[in-house]
Amino acid sequence: MSVFVWVAVVLIGGAGSVLRFYVDGLVSSASGRGFPYGTLAVNLSGATILGLLTGLALAGDAALLAGTAAVGSYTTFSTWMLETQRLTEERQYRKAALNIVVSLVLGVAAAALGRLIGAHL
Amino acid sequence: MPEPAARSVSAPSLAARGRPADPGRSGRSRIVLPRADGRTIAAIFAGGALGTLARAALAEAFPHSATTWPWPTFGVNIVAAFLLGYFVTRLTERLPLSSYRRPLLGTGICGGLSTFSTMQVEILKMISAGAWGLAVGYAAASIAAGYAAIHLATALVRRVRVRR
Repeated sequence: MSVFVWVAVVLIGGAGSVLRFYVDGLVSSASGRGFPYGTLAVNLSGATILGLLTGLALAGDAALLAGTAAVGSYTTFSTWMLETQRLTEERQYRKAALNIVVSLVLGVAAAALGRLIGAHL
Repeated sequence: MPEPAARSVSAPSLAARGRPADPGRSGRSRIVLPRADGRTIAAIFAGGALGTLARAALAEAFPHSATTWPWPTFGVNIVAAFLLGYFVTRLTERLPLSSYRRPLLGTGICGGLSTFSTMQVEILKMISAGAWGLAVGYAAASIAAGYAAIHLATALVRRVRVRR
């Protein structure tokens, strides 16, 4: 594996993170701050795209760059957990549980849908 | 490195460009791009690049089959959750306001290091392979450990008294 691939991983990872910042901010501004819709939108769209790449059966450098670097950096586990924990601190237990269940169920469903589409392209 | 004086230094907000000011409407229904100057975006980019490099290197170094425990993803996610809990609590409750620390450390490094999509595809592959127990165990362990990591990091920061 060449050094160029790893330079690309670094650049794509930076770009994916900036894209996450903008999509999260855009969705949060539209939905209000009561529920972390911004992170949900980022994670579900990312799960769909990574499912699609899985359906396309990418391998090697293509999988590393498009999947691990681009989509991997765009989505986030840590913010999902932070927002859930902060909701429980504010005693918003229903919203916290909903944030976990909806992200997980729709996340796997989104990945499955993406894989289905990718397999038929 | 000197701290910038304010959050929005000189660059006008992206939302303000090419769009008339509309103070009559509430922020709730208005779709706007987040305010971000060049320094903020550079900080997110640099942090995200670093976090992604670490995660990708671990994923490449420790490949695993669809029906084995995804240690690289599990590891980076829990570590990133702990770091994010630590950074965010410290930055919002302990340190003076800084315009680039949270973008660099939180949005960048922790966001780039952790991943949701890879975890979901791993769970999907476990289910497709009939490994339901592994899928449920992996999802439950990730959420329990991720939540506990945030909680622990937050508690650790808050235990230290604020110095005045």
